[in-house]
Amino acid sequence: MLFARPHLLGLEGLTAPEIDFLLDSAESFKEVSEREIKKVPALRGRTVVNLFYEASTRTRTSFEIAAKRLSADTINLSASASSAAKGETLTDTARNLAAMRPDAIVVRHPSSGAPDLLARHVDCPIINAGDGAHEHPTQALLDLLTIRERKGRIAGLTVAIVGDVLHSRVARSNLFGLRTMGAKVRFVGPPTLVPPGFSELGAEIVWDLHEGLKDVDVVMMLRIQRERMNGRYFSSLDEYSRLYCLSADAVARAREDVIILHPGPMNRGVEISSTVADGPYSVIMDQVTNGVAVRMAVLYVLVGRRKAEAESETVDSEGGAPVALAAASPRRAATGE
Amino acid sequence: MSERTVPSAGRSEPPLLVAGGTLVDPVARRTRRADLLVRDGVIAAIEAGISEQLPRRGASTIHRIDATGLLVMPGFVDIHVHLREPGFEYKETIATGTRAAVAGGVTSVACMANTRPVNDSPAVTRFILERAHAAALAKVFPVGAVSLGLAGEQLAPFAGMYDSGIVAVSDDGMPVMDAELMRRALECAKMFGMPVIDHAEDRALVAGGVMHEGAVSLRLGLRGIPAAAEDVMVARDIALAGLTGGHLHVAHISSAGSVRMVRMARAAGIRITAEVSPHHLWLTDEAVTDYRTNAKMAPPLRTEDDRQALLEGLADGTIDCIATDHAPHHKDEKDVEFDCAANGVIGLETLLPLVLRLVEHGVLDLPTAIAKISSEPAAILGLPLGTLEVGRAADLAIVDPQREWTVDPSQTFSKSKNTPFEGWKMRGRAVYTMVDGRTVHEERPAGTHAKAGEAEREARP
Repeated sequence: MLFARPHLLGLEGLTAPEIDFLLDSAESFKEVSEREIKKVPALRGRTVVNLFYEASTRTRTSFEIAAKRLSADTINLSASASSAAKGETLTDTARNLAAMRPDAIVVRHPSSGAPDLLARHVDCPIINAGDGAHEHPTQALLDLLTIRERKGRIAGLTVAIVGDVLHSRVARSNLFGLRTMGAKVRFVGPPTLVPPGFSELGAEIVWDLHEGLKDVDVVMMLRIQRERMNGRYFSSLDEYSRLYCLSADAVARAREDVIILHPGPMNRGVEISSTVADGPYSVIMDQVTNGVAVRMAVLYVLVGRRKAEAESETVDSEGGAPVALAAASPRRAATGE
Repeated sequence: MSERTVPSAGRSEPPLLVAGGTLVDPVARRTRRADLLVRDGVIAAIEAGISEQLPRRGASTIHRIDATGLLVMPGFVDIHVHLREPGFEYKETIATGTRAAVAGGVTSVACMANTRPVNDSPAVTRFILERAHAAALAKVFPVGAVSLGLAGEQLAPFAGMYDSGIVAVSDDGMPVMDAELMRRALECAKMFGMPVIDHAEDRALVAGGVMHEGAVSLRLGLRGIPAAAEDVMVARDIALAGLTGGHLHVAHISSAGSVRMVRMARAAGIRITAEVSPHHLWLTDEAVTDYRTNAKMAPPLRTEDDRQALLEGLADGTIDCIATDHAPHHKDEKDVEFDCAANGVIGLETLLPLVLRLVEHGVLDLPTAIAKISSEPAAILGLPLGTLEVGRAADLAIVDPQREWTVDPSQTFSKSKNTPFEGWKMRGRAVYTMVDGRTVHEERPAGTHAKAGEAEREARP
């Protein structure tokens, strides 16, 4: 197996073969969702905990459906229902959960790095479902899958990511993932939300929307959080919208076969006009469908692999390095990564 | 700068001879082979060959330390330490903090006012001094608050606290945002010849940031604190020091811009001094990678360019001294989400090797490096300490410059373990530390250290 890591904390640092492997796996899981009986026994008897410290409908539902289609048992814990309100620390919560022997914890948390902290304290796989302004790796993977399906490739494409990049974990995960896969990334937004430091991370920075969309293959719109448009980062939502709302006019600057992605939920008329959102370039519904497939792949790779390891360990306790661990590095060299 | 008298323990113990060592003189900026004789807690003689003369002097009950191959230095003076007592004894106490100090060769510390209650009254100042006296380890010099309760609104009683023993004023940890209050503090502190120690961070620009703002904070998705948050405050306070003629001491300087401004201000004749911490000298914001909360402090670790500017400022004298900003925190305050983690790192026990490393890297020569942690910081506070002079208190650090050791948080004398240097290979260690001629720390020979450490820990109250 090409993905030997114990957790999925982010796309930063993953190799192109590792990302390809996850995308290939996701592609093969798509078929399951087309069946009449949408279920495979891959993770039967496994328990996946969804630990959500932030409100989320889409991502949590997507993870839950993914786990259920793999026959895993799922538990949803949300911050309001969990111990957070009682003052328990994240690490204590994690240790308590770990003592119940889950096979994976899917975590969303408002603090960047919270999944890294969990990973240091529990011995089951941690899957980052969004941490602060850091990463949202499964979102970026579903974006990559959608782009790869529509364009047939990722390498060589130019992708504009538009909006509040500063506070966006989706933007960061996509930056890392897209660049690893050989795409060019352009961040488009006002300097308050797209600080120049991002150029050190390999993004091209453009303030003007029309200029930013020039000849791009893919436009990825970020959701604007209304509470951030409070007169500090930008005068008002109206002002923002005036400069950065994705209109048909702006889209005309892009390549003819441009596709438009949005991680949802959309603010129609704010960052994206309804004409564009519902128009022919929009692949937003593909993203949602692919989200389930990507999360099935990630769960299967991280949890199913442990199952395989556990079995091989019982058979051969002297086994040394599990097979999965041996795979990644030589192939990485072979692809000239 | 007025010198304050420092009470000496003044015991009548047998004389002590430190024989065969190399003396490091931070004032003359040189090293020389000489013996050093301690009598009644003070340095009684410094000469080559005292050991041969002694029998003739009839001192039969003389104690002797063989310092062959060792460096004899003035005990170090750390003017930026958080001892946490009163109020936060679960992090550190005056006893454990000063124990950590002497283990690192530090014989004098100035302790910051952000205790609970805040050191904004003569009573708290006296309490700290009483506890320090009871601990009988390093000398403790309390720093009083600038404002009552560190609230930044009303001046604390400088006169009363001065009479009780404070040596400076500072709202360290809670920058004084009100420029007029800062102006008044500089004016009032001037009457007592005390510096105002400036934690220079504009809280509006900090804006909830948790690390330096730059490529690393963007990569990690952590809220950044721009270097300008420090720069604007240093600029403001230089203007106020110019206005008032007060002595401004910039604490834990961290940005290239601040170093430039301090250099310019000094050239313009403004009364300004500055300190830098060992962690800002040796670490950058890259240390935060993987959300390591032991790399979180205020001001934050900055970029390699800033670090180079700090080294340059240290070398050209713009930065007068090195101070640890020893800030103990309990494990539970660090083993949390990065956003929630407490600011600060411990530093007393790693100060010396990190200063010697400056010599190894060619930044400073040995006597100048030692001056940055002895005579220079003592001069900033007007303390007659940090020198090797006949007649002065025998506060000494006898150092094995070749001793190699690895930083192991489980072995600290400090109550807290929050060091960013865990696992670092260090060279140089204080093997004897003396305060007023009394040995307050002694290292066992290499190899037996861990065991000795345990024994000492058990012996602690």
